[in-house]
Amino acid sequence: MIEIGRAPEARREQTMIQATERSILNSKIPAGPMAEKWSSFKANCKLVSPANKRKHTIIVVGTGLAGGAAAASLAELGYNVLNFCIQDSPRRAHSVAAQGGINAAKNYQNDGDSVHRLFYDTIKGGDFRAREANVHRLAELSVNIIDQCVAQGVPFAREYGGTLANRSFGGAQVSRTFYARGQTGQQLLLGAYGQLMRQVDAGRVKLFPRREMLDLVQVDGVARGIICRNLVSGEIESYAADAVLVATGGYSTVFFLSTCAVNCNATAIWRCHKRGAYFANPCYTQIHPTCLPLLGESQSKLTLMSESLRNDGRVWVPKTKGDKRPPHEIPEVERDYFLERRYPAFGNLVPRDIASRAAKAICDEGRGVGATGYSVYLDFGDAIKRLGQATIKERYGNLFAMYEEITADDPYHTPMRIYPAPHYTMGGLWVDYNLMSTIPGLHVLGEANFSDHGANRLGASALMQGLSDGYFVIPYTLGDYLASNKLPKVGTDHDAFKQAVAGVKDQTARLLAVKGTKTVRDYHWELGRILWDQVGMGRNAKGLTQAISDIRALREDYWKNVKVGGTGDDLNKSLEFAGRVADFMELGELMARDALERNESCGGHFREEYQTEEGEALRNDKDFCHVAAWEYQGEGAVPVRHQEALSFEAVHLAQRSYK
Amino acid sequence: MKFNLKIWRQEGPELPGAFRDYTVDNIIPEMSFLEMLDALNEELIRKGEEPVAFDSDCREGICGTCGLVIDGMAHGPKLACTTCEVRMRVFEDGCTITVEPFRAKAFPVIKDLVVDRSAFDRIIGKGGYVSENTGSAPDGNAIPVPKDIAEKAMDSAACIGCGACVAACPNASASLFVSAKISQFALLPQGHAERKSRAQKMVGQMDAEGFGNCSNHAECEAACPKGISIENIARMRAEYMRSLR
Repeated sequence: MIEIGRAPEARREQTMIQATERSILNSKIPAGPMAEKWSSFKANCKLVSPANKRKHTIIVVGTGLAGGAAAASLAELGYNVLNFCIQDSPRRAHSVAAQGGINAAKNYQNDGDSVHRLFYDTIKGGDFRAREANVHRLAELSVNIIDQCVAQGVPFAREYGGTLANRSFGGAQVSRTFYARGQTGQQLLLGAYGQLMRQVDAGRVKLFPRREMLDLVQVDGVARGIICRNLVSGEIESYAADAVLVATGGYSTVFFLSTCAVNCNATAIWRCHKRGAYFANPCYTQIHPTCLPLLGESQSKLTLMSESLRNDGRVWVPKTKGDKRPPHEIPEVERDYFLERRYPAFGNLVPRDIASRAAKAICDEGRGVGATGYSVYLDFGDAIKRLGQATIKERYGNLFAMYEEITADDPYHTPMRIYPAPHYTMGGLWVDYNLMSTIPGLHVLGEANFSDHGANRLGASALMQGLSDGYFVIPYTLGDYLASNKLPKVGTDHDAFKQAVAGVKDQTARLLAVKGTKTVRDYHWELGRILWDQVGMGRNAKGLTQAISDIRALREDYWKNVKVGGTGDDLNKSLEFAGRVADFMELGELMARDALERNESCGGHFREEYQTEEGEALRNDKDFCHVAAWEYQGEGAVPVRHQEALSFEAVHLAQRSYK
Repeated sequence: MKFNLKIWRQEGPELPGAFRDYTVDNIIPEMSFLEMLDALNEELIRKGEEPVAFDSDCREGICGTCGLVIDGMAHGPKLACTTCEVRMRVFEDGCTITVEPFRAKAFPVIKDLVVDRSAFDRIIGKGGYVSENTGSAPDGNAIPVPKDIAEKAMDSAACIGCGACVAACPNASASLFVSAKISQFALLPQGHAERKSRAQKMVGQMDAEGFGNCSNHAECEAACPKGISIENIARMRAEYMRSLR
């Protein structure tokens, strides 16, 4: 192990708190061999009878792949569903923007795929920091998802014989990714949305668009409702139910600049965390390798170019530092195809964390291209020669058009320039095998939970997880919860709702009352810079310690000097953002703290002190083969770190290699 | 770059609206149209004025949230892109730009440039799906779909539901939107079991929401950021006629 810089200080800072109440982090993994756990769960779980399902009201927050699929499927089963989203329509949830595809262990290509191989690739891709049983279930369900979506009329790409087409994605040596041009997320979401609207029309789902969840309500320690802001009228509304499902996505927008939609936020999960739900592995963030480089400070987001481009595009930089010649003037021998050179077995299709870090290292070395020196080429020249421009256009036409639209460069003739950007967060609220958080009754689905991707998510696996959680896991596990627990009737007239409403109104009033001089965007931008610099692709103890104190100072200043536009009683985007940024300030600190305490490198979490001689992530399985789950202790107080040990039965713990 | 803006301001659905003049300076050509509006709003907030309300989310042209009429054109002067994809380099430095909401009886204004497009959701609720409960699907390859049919279905399915077709149509018709969904399922074998009721119910809901009829202006196709063809409208009519048989 190479230890660089301030590692001893990191050890001094280390304040491991062993979980005393181990029972609360009971993962509830079913007994039995890995391949039989889910079957065994289904065979033994309790059921709610058809006549009783309609007596249960279920709140689902979010209408993306996880939330939309869950709301539709639960309504089909007969539950009363209340479904909330911040968008004006459920069809606009951010799952819509996923481009490349969805994995499934169908083995239609006869190339050696199987449930076990998808399971293995996902565990390895996540750098052995995911829970085996969850991942195996995900791999098993992947095949059902494709069947379901095809039956819904999702227009997947086809071969001439009419069968489904596949392509390859990073971290796999088989072709198991199903796709609908570069709009797979959109098509899968519209499939789920159609099913959801069918249930809305049938009266089984009540839809609440333009609502933002601002608090979780518990009665006797059990999640029984939510508080929302009606984003049109400004009214604070209360809703009661027998269970609450949160599927509100990830928190990459904490970085301000990310590939996510501008309204993506962590408020729902953060408020649940403040109410007692443990937050797991907040430092596991994914910086996606193929994004458009930053243009300027006025930019509001970064644009992703699908990872599928790495199937045919070759990543390179000049061999010589400071080579400013245009790409077509640099001869072949003077180009460094650094991914192919460093990882001959996987080449340009190494997992995202590895590709991103390699690009950063090359640019830090001074060999990056473009005006800022912070980008690398993604070149389709060879693929166009080999396959013809028509084929490349058929495969990536919309992505090439999007690139040209933004940069005014034609990627058919000039290599694309790309650089990594925050994209996905593997961390999220801790859940057990049944997708229930540490708060009874509060279930967390999709990107909002932490469970399936470990320290790095493979491409085309997010759609798989969202739909697996929504269509095929929660209908079983929620039934088991409802049938196993006596839930007294609770209405929104209960004191717990009144108190929560008062708290939400108080925060709104406080934000509007500051009337300072800096806008919400100013603060968000500043927070994003701190996180990108210190809690981004390369982290070290000194920088993380600095980040914690910088964020604390920024947060303190925020509540003294922020200026929020408009009022609280109508549509007010400035106020919406103000609440979200207040939460990001707290979450950002937790991310840095988690990264500081995890004295190892794994997947997307790269601590510069812990790397192999070749600069690869160096895990420390002896001390860190566990999930870190953080318990909130009050505003400004240091949270408590609990651990869920990860054990590997079906997969052998090994150093990840893509060479 | 510097621009004069004429922006539609309206405090609420029932209140009268009017254009108000603003100027923005220090705009760089790479900025998107919405980033230019962000810059204006930052300035308004600093001055203690009410920022301009507008909808946007993904800012890469896929979610369908944003939608402004820029200089009289839905999604602005550049063809085949959404408002968020319009870059300031397409405008002449120093020019005046008029910004309005998508206007239609079925899209009431909520505030400033934000409109209510929930009518689209209700239309989808009447048949924009295959009635297929979770768990009941056959194997994905059980029904082969010819590649050209799958491609055509994808062309139709690419609709992002932004409503530019309605805003661009002199009749405020939703025909392009509705026909794209009807076409997707008319083309794919999975949609055939319900094709008659789908055409009837979706067209019925479109009329009930107060959208106008199609009279072949084809403005919708020109404004559509996803290149949805009016061929879909012909197919919708054929499906509707077929459903009467």
